[in-house]
Amino acid sequence: MSVASEPQESPSGSTGARPGAVGFLTDVSLCIGCKACEVACKQWNQLPADGSVAGSGLTGFSYDNTGDLGATTWRHVAFVEQAPAPTGDLLAGLLGSAPTQMAWLMLSDVCKHCVNAPCLDACPTGAIIRTRFDTVVIQDDVCNGCGYCVPACPFGVPQLGEGDRGAHKCTLCYDRLVDGMEPACAKACPTDSIQFGPISELMPRAVERVTELQNRGVEQAHIYGDRAWGGTGGINGLNAFFVLTAPPETYNLPASPQRPSDQVLPAFLTTAAAALGLGLAAVAALRGR
Amino acid sequence: MPGLGARLGRGGATTFLQDLANSDCIVIMGANMAENHPVGFRFVVQARERGATIIHVDPRFTRTSALSDLHVPLRAGSDIAFLGALINHVLTNGLWFDEYVRHYTNASTIVGEDFRDTEDLAGLFSGYVPAERRYEFDSWRYAGQATDPAPSEDANQDSQAYDQRVGRTDGALEVDPTLQHPNCVFQIVKRHFSRYTPELVEETCGVPRKLFLQVADAITRNSGPERTTAFAYAVAWTQHTTGTQMISCCALLQLLLGNIGRPGGGIMALRGHATIQGSTDIPTLYNLLPGYLPMPNTAQPSATLADYLGQVTAPTGWWHHAPAYMVSLLKAYYGDVAQPENDFAYDLLPKIGGDYSFQPMLLMMQEGAMQGLFCMGQNPAVGGQNAHLARRALANLDWLVVRDLFETETAAFWHDAPEVRSGEVRAADIKTEIFLLPAAVTPEKDGSYTNTQRLVQWHDKAVDPPGTARSEAWFIHDLACRLKELYEGEDTPAARQLQALAWDYPDTGGEPHLDEVVREINGYTVGDGRLVLDYTALKDDGSTACGCWIYSGIMPEEGRNLARNRRGDERASLGWGFAWPANRRMLYNRASARPDGTPWSERKAWIWWDAEQGRWTGHDTADFPATKPPSFRPLPDAKGMEAHGGDAPFIMMADGKGQLYAPTGLRDGPLPTHYEPWETPVGNLLYPDQPRSPSAKLHDRPDNRYHAIGDPRFPHVITTYRLTEHHTAGAMSRFVPWLAELQPEGFVEIDPVLAGSMSVDNRDWVTVSTLRGAIEAQALVTDRIPPLTVHGQRLHQIGVPWHYGYTGIAVGGIANDLSALIEDPNSLIHEAKAFTCAVRKGRLGDVGSDETVTDRASARGAG
Amino acid sequence: MALMRPLRDILRRHVGALPNPISRSTAEAKPRIRDATMTVSVCPYCAVGCSQLVYAKEDRIVDIEGNPDSPINAGTLCPKGAATSGLVDNPLRLTTVKYRPPYGEQWEERPLGWAMERIAGRVKATRDATFEERDEKGNLVNRTLAVGHLGGATLDNEENYLIKKLFTAGLGIAAVENQARI
Repeated sequence: MSVASEPQESPSGSTGARPGAVGFLTDVSLCIGCKACEVACKQWNQLPADGSVAGSGLTGFSYDNTGDLGATTWRHVAFVEQAPAPTGDLLAGLLGSAPTQMAWLMLSDVCKHCVNAPCLDACPTGAIIRTRFDTVVIQDDVCNGCGYCVPACPFGVPQLGEGDRGAHKCTLCYDRLVDGMEPACAKACPTDSIQFGPISELMPRAVERVTELQNRGVEQAHIYGDRAWGGTGGINGLNAFFVLTAPPETYNLPASPQRPSDQVLPAFLTTAAAALGLGLAAVAALRGR
Repeated sequence: MPGLGARLGRGGATTFLQDLANSDCIVIMGANMAENHPVGFRFVVQARERGATIIHVDPRFTRTSALSDLHVPLRAGSDIAFLGALINHVLTNGLWFDEYVRHYTNASTIVGEDFRDTEDLAGLFSGYVPAERRYEFDSWRYAGQATDPAPSEDANQDSQAYDQRVGRTDGALEVDPTLQHPNCVFQIVKRHFSRYTPELVEETCGVPRKLFLQVADAITRNSGPERTTAFAYAVAWTQHTTGTQMISCCALLQLLLGNIGRPGGGIMALRGHATIQGSTDIPTLYNLLPGYLPMPNTAQPSATLADYLGQVTAPTGWWHHAPAYMVSLLKAYYGDVAQPENDFAYDLLPKIGGDYSFQPMLLMMQEGAMQGLFCMGQNPAVGGQNAHLARRALANLDWLVVRDLFETETAAFWHDAPEVRSGEVRAADIKTEIFLLPAAVTPEKDGSYTNTQRLVQWHDKAVDPPGTARSEAWFIHDLACRLKELYEGEDTPAARQLQALAWDYPDTGGEPHLDEVVREINGYTVGDGRLVLDYTALKDDGSTACGCWIYSGIMPEEGRNLARNRRGDERASLGWGFAWPANRRMLYNRASARPDGTPWSERKAWIWWDAEQGRWTGHDTADFPATKPPSFRPLPDAKGMEAHGGDAPFIMMADGKGQLYAPTGLRDGPLPTHYEPWETPVGNLLYPDQPRSPSAKLHDRPDNRYHAIGDPRFPHVITTYRLTEHHTAGAMSRFVPWLAELQPEGFVEIDPVLAGSMSVDNRDWVTVSTLRGAIEAQALVTDRIPPLTVHGQRLHQIGVPWHYGYTGIAVGGIANDLSALIEDPNSLIHEAKAFTCAVRKGRLGDVGSDETVTDRASARGAG
Repeated sequence: MALMRPLRDILRRHVGALPNPISRSTAEAKPRIRDATMTVSVCPYCAVGCSQLVYAKEDRIVDIEGNPDSPINAGTLCPKGAATSGLVDNPLRLTTVKYRPPYGEQWEERPLGWAMERIAGRVKATRDATFEERDEKGNLVNRTLAVGHLGGATLDNEENYLIKKLFTAGLGIAAVENQARI
């Protein structure tokens, strides 16, 4: 299945990706929260451990001590504990049904490699590019650390590094893709919760998976990041998309992520306007002579 | 593991990880597989995706539970009550796999009249010697057996090595094929478990009846000719005073359900270290020689080789070959010195005479009997039970050699331990001379590991170790050469022993050629040095040498090390690595076929009899004589394997059958019995007069005190465990930044009700204490460790990861400062999975209002 | 603003599809293992036995990842396995022999050969002073209980073989134990 260059609505799901696009399908129903993805990512990309290691690094948020995606954490596993219904439930007691099982949801978060990436739009230096794999990459040797991309991203993905002047995030292992290698996180994932491949293959798989989960009684199963299933508000398609079994907010994902540029002028326009303004001012100044 | 060995014949996992994907139901109990064996768990996930039911029985809701269909929270240490009730459920509802049970187990064998069950003697089996806290085994034997199944054993001696000879028989056994005889095994088992009811489970384990019955229903629905259920366990079964019997109870259940030796069935023993299986097979254990030959023990006839062989050689079954294995080992050890005239230098081999296992070793150090110690990749200052005592034991050594990758707690105890930091102990008072030698890690050396499924895999050296770091092979070889030189020309018993040792490994830069070591392990003909094809070629006349008979066949010809085989496939992957014995991936797989040799079902076919070719064939190497037909019947006085019929899958056993009742091999009873953990908040509903294991080995002393049953000062149950992000005592993970940041420090898991009662919020500091010691950590308040109702009372359980210590990047209180020295009588393993403790808000040294808290000061005892 | 929206959408689509210039580092990007040597290893952590591929350049490990050929791990690893290169190539690793004399208050550095010689001497002295040819009942036992050994579950099978052979069969050290009972 090929994906047309113009985003198309499809009942079978689509991120609106361009032809040849690759991405991640992260399926929470298979995640065991082992964090192999976090480590494999750091190992391959030679990212240091975050600063909070020594001393009181315990966050207290279940088994999540990474906290969030950041400049040196490009995969992050979120843990959500859901207590069972109170065991003293009178009705359950009368019916003799087994106590409700608790749930522990785990999700490996990552840069979404948006089809229309706000970070890319916000970047004034051209450091952020859309690669030939339809992934979104910050080029370290161009980035000047202005940080415009940071607030632009509705998912909080790019962050400025502490030790350098650049913004950083998942590259979808651009260097590995060059040689046809799978990104480190997807390769390491023991249960195939993270799958890598062409969007054209991943999306039908995700749709099938959601159907399967719903048939098993996981009513809330849905795809986060496709267009047809409407999961992502103003962002449209995500090339790193998710099969979720609970509402996105449960995993601290925005239910309707918005492009900041829908509210403000894109960076390139403000830059153009500024240039124009400067030009006009210069002209005026010259005239004033 | 003797729990499996006593019922099935070998202690190893009966199956292999990949086969779990073929299961219709998987019960994970005594293990947290998703967290501690994440990659193995992918086969569980695969099974689930194919429709299997996954059940996790565990005090805590873990990452394993999260992916399971059913989580069953039970009270830590009550596992036998739960498993026993499953057995009772199977037996009272007619749900056993009848044809399997009749043919492949000892269900019909009649037990002697002297036997008395725990049901008859209020919690004791016949033969108990109270003064010595041990059993005489005579009354457990089968009817009509003139000789003891095994000689009575000294209280100080471990029986682990003897599990191979279980069911040792002389002459024909009395049987009742109708299974009706009151003293046949089937009826004994039935009576033994008759009071293990869902109600008992609810009372004792804190598991609601309904939930128990869901489990019972799932495993029975998924067992039979067409379907199979697998169990997976790890050290959350072994680490109890009744740990061996928990595992043996599982084996008993799986035999009744007909799940052993069949695809998707079996018992997956999940080991915790890279080669914990290998270091038991080729043991660095005091009571074993390679290949599960027992160390000669003065408590039994062992003065001569003949005495020893008389003990270890079974008249029937595979252990009939023991003399060939022992003599070949002596030839490998002592080379030319080992000759028929001198009993192959058997005299030189040291004899044990007591329990020198890990825990008694600590006491030997503490008491000064042990003066020097080598620690190679082990970290007893954290990993040892009653770790505070362990560190004081280290401080009492004259010398200590630590070989590791980092400065571990064991290397640093004299300047960095909590008691040194607090000023309680001063470095200047510690006499120990310490050598800390940098070691090499896996990619820096050639060698092999044996994984959890008995699979030997070779790792190739990639780079040199840094600086003066060296492999253990280098170290041992260098030490051997130096000592040989030091003893040259001396004429003392000590010198003669070492001089006789065959040690002429060629080396390069001090590194011995490992191919030579593998040759020796595989075995060769002494005359011409030719490798033997496998252990069937070994002889008892000194013409062959073999370092570990069960690994024989790993190098069947020069330069062909099968551990380096790297051709996997979708089935048994016989071309990937080498699995002992003889590259068999699923043990007892003869049981995958009916007695007549045809598969039980198309769906569960694994090996079967090919009448045309006259041999067993299928997806695996048959764990059975390859050409023995199903119809074979032994002659009355046949010996060895000739004494087994063509329908006897358990070849290591004297009678070739799975042992529902084990007349020998288990020191604490032929059947599993529910005893409470040694430290327990509640009594034993089944046996009020015998609440705890009558034969657990105790070390009751001022620096290792135990809590009484229901001691109100220590009302909570505590269990210790691992996390995905760390490894064992932490030396291999707490120094690695990428891992340290994921679980940066120790914590204590507490349920919200208990936390609320102490006004403890998430991340508040709490102090946990026992009579051994106290530690502080932040609280992780979570519903994942729910309070239970046991004996009608609310019971709280506390969870503490045991990885942490005081060196490295990720640090924290040492969980083993809380645990006690105490031993399962079979495996000599401690009980860190269920003991009792106190918890209070605040940090160590806070003057709390809680007077029951001991902290270190009172725990010091007679220190 | 109503007028701006179509214009902005047109521009965005245009710019979105128009690649930003590729920098030098992007143009030259390649996996660092492309020209590394590869060896096959086994994960040193738990007992699942995951096969690993170790990539090295100039005697230094640059990457360790799962071996896709393995029927056990099929290229995957857990976080510990994935961190193996951080275990091997770790600034906290010991690379020299450290020695602490009796009652000493700090580590001293010593040459490896010196340490081996001294260890051999200590073993011999302790062994000779405590060697029992016969126990108190007169049984021939040829052993010493004064020296112990711990470890093995993280070492290689061949090393375990050599340890048991030298220590027990050669030196009569009976108390040889590993992590199997931990």
